[in-house]
Amino acid sequence: MSVKSEDFRPVIVAFCCNWCSYAGADLAGSSRLAYPADVKIIRVPCSCRVNPMFILRAFEKGADGVILCGCHPGDCHYSTGNYYARRRMTMLFSMLDFIGVENGRTRVEWVSAAEGVKFSETMNSFVAKIRSLGPNVRLGDLRCKN
Amino acid sequence: MQELILRAKELLESGEVVRVLGWRKGEHVYDPEPAFFNSAEALKEFVYNGFCGANLSKYMIEASKLEGKTLVFLKPCDTYSFNQLLAEHRVDREKAYIIGVGCKGKLKIENIKADGILDVEGAGYPDCSEMLTVKTLYGDVQVSYKDAMLERCHVCKGKAHKIYDEQIGESADTLDADRFAEVERIEKMSPEEKFAFFQNELSKCIRCNACRNVCPACSCRKCVFDSTKFDSAQKANATSFEEKMFHIIRAFHVAGRCTDCGECSRVCPQGIPLHLFNRKFIKDINNLYGEYQAGTDVDAKAPLVSFTQEDAEPSIVAERG
Amino acid sequence: MYKIKKTDLPKLYEAIARTQELYLPVSSAGKTNFAPWTENIQPDIDTLKTVRSPKDVFFPQCENLYTVTREEGKMKITPETLERENFVIFGIRACDVRALAVLDKVFLSDPMDSYYAARREHGVIVSLACGRPDVSCFCGTFGIDCAKPEGDVATWLYGEYLYWQPQTPKGEKLTASLEKLLEEGEETAVEEAKAAIRAICDKLPLKDLSLEKWGAEAAKNNFDSPLWEELYKGCLACGTCTFVCPTCQCYDIKDYNTGNGVQRYRCWDSCMYSDFTMMAHGNNRTSQMQRFRQRFMHKLAYFPANNQGMFSCVGCGRCVDKCPSHLNIVKVIKAFGKEEN
Repeated sequence: MSVKSEDFRPVIVAFCCNWCSYAGADLAGSSRLAYPADVKIIRVPCSCRVNPMFILRAFEKGADGVILCGCHPGDCHYSTGNYYARRRMTMLFSMLDFIGVENGRTRVEWVSAAEGVKFSETMNSFVAKIRSLGPNVRLGDLRCKN
Repeated sequence: MQELILRAKELLESGEVVRVLGWRKGEHVYDPEPAFFNSAEALKEFVYNGFCGANLSKYMIEASKLEGKTLVFLKPCDTYSFNQLLAEHRVDREKAYIIGVGCKGKLKIENIKADGILDVEGAGYPDCSEMLTVKTLYGDVQVSYKDAMLERCHVCKGKAHKIYDEQIGESADTLDADRFAEVERIEKMSPEEKFAFFQNELSKCIRCNACRNVCPACSCRKCVFDSTKFDSAQKANATSFEEKMFHIIRAFHVAGRCTDCGECSRVCPQGIPLHLFNRKFIKDINNLYGEYQAGTDVDAKAPLVSFTQEDAEPSIVAERG
Repeated sequence: MYKIKKTDLPKLYEAIARTQELYLPVSSAGKTNFAPWTENIQPDIDTLKTVRSPKDVFFPQCENLYTVTREEGKMKITPETLERENFVIFGIRACDVRALAVLDKVFLSDPMDSYYAARREHGVIVSLACGRPDVSCFCGTFGIDCAKPEGDVATWLYGEYLYWQPQTPKGEKLTASLEKLLEEGEETAVEEAKAAIRAICDKLPLKDLSLEKWGAEAAKNNFDSPLWEELYKGCLACGTCTFVCPTCQCYDIKDYNTGNGVQRYRCWDSCMYSDFTMMAHGNNRTSQMQRFRQRFMHKLAYFPANNQGMFSCVGCGRCVDKCPSHLNIVKVIKAFGKEEN
């Protein structure tokens, strides 16, 4: 039932922390590193700002995959924000897995401001993963499909 | 039961407490309601039997705002909730006089599969018996006490009261099942089976919010789902997404704080096994961040407001298979 | 009077569903609720009360009213189409049939609710007598006879058969379309069935529930009673009672942002909720006691005051069974009955 054809263009939401990952995305851009235009970046002050509801909302409104990027553990601008985010996302992903959502649809990746290459590689591999999974049918609001 | 009433009267008359929080007799043996009693006279309607499953801890939030002390009867599992509320500064220890009351397992009337139940003999306290005689409009039925017990009693946390001023009555061991067995069973399913299982259960949800409102961990003054800023509100179930959103987020908000008191599953009018969401989180917390039982220790730091540098990465969810 | 063997009921469902939508009590994940008939479902007409009442079929918990979409820079508004196809609802109990009469008072009086009216017009009601009334039942208090339900067709399960009695032209028409499956039934068997049901009704603990203190007059007599302060205390402010109730009719209207437009939908609301009838100035009932009082006063005092004495409770007892705190309308009625004033 899932569309896995070449022309499936997934909607990917990437929450990026202001201090590391968003700057990483900037670097990827200024270094002319390519990553798919399917990725929509939402800048957040810290990975810890991302409430599990944000992730679910993204799926509700039509995202096929959601990725959260923050500073490497130990490098958080606010010292410890990403440590909290790490526990929360582990719990949330585990719950999504528990209710039967394919677990490749969500990912957390630590990307520093200097890692333009990592940012672009991460996005490329995530988009490829979501393409292979096909459209998100288990966690969306039907009303947003038309 | 008489012992409880006598002690309550004493405490009321001595002025130690100004009200009693307990259970009031209903129409039948199986429908006692949580109630406040303000006088020795009012206590004639007090009841304590096998159907007093309601966890009174949450009512202590309101009672803590009232003038004077409230005598509250807490079963062993209820004391975990009280402790958790105490840790979160939602109840006032000074306003509570806690009598730890014995518990021999609480019953769920729906578990007695009979029509027209008039009376259940053997559900009294302390003399509850192994077999219940159920008097119905259509004749008598025998049901074992165990079969009529709430799910949570089969995975009882133990007979010890975690907080009390005094204790009255004996408790019984009712533990006879593995708390995480059902969670493990579901974990072993394929994503398709898991999805079908939860879809089937959650599609019954009527968004009545009974699970949330009864939950001692759901003590926010204003729930996020009551916000008027959302376009999907707490009472709509327009698509199956709404129920998933509600139950996942609710479980998440109480993760690390949920004592597994089982009230959510007890009150669900559609019999959705809501405790599975909470237990899944508890199991994960135990495995990833160390054994933790909310409500055991008032000073303990809850797992989701804590961290270590060596914590597992979220990718573990996919890796562990 | 017609009859059909109980074992042949699946054939009957299939025959009805061949030409129109059929709703009936279906067991799924351990609970019975009304659902459309499909081949793989498990019909359950033995369970006395579905958890959700059949009002869903006429007044769904959530329904779209219109959709707004963006098309080439312009706004396009598409109203939801009204029900145009006939459908059958099977196995609805006497109390729930009467509940529709209560809803009719609300939705069919001016200004008429066209969504509800369309469904009422196209729905054929096949009611089912209650073979085994429960202790929480008190429909008799409201003059409902569960041995002889209203509806387009009334049916009785008795012995090996389901007895079938059309009661309206709509019912006659449905019956005619099922002629091949139905055989001639005996009046005497149905009389026996009725007598058996009435014998049980005489033993129901709530059969003498008195509404003496209620009705239009109660609006002023009971409003300020100190009893409310006592009665509401255990209330958790959840919406269980209102959402399982066959007559609760309050709803909210909201907009949903679909990303490319808006869907305006309505969904059931509950007077137990703190944001019920929330307006710019806030809420007009600020305490749970007031909300609790509102629910029962509405059913037992305000509604009769506005509808020639008709109560908006039908005694189905769902709230009695389902309240997490075991508070309910019976306890309220009795508490006022006891009061000497």
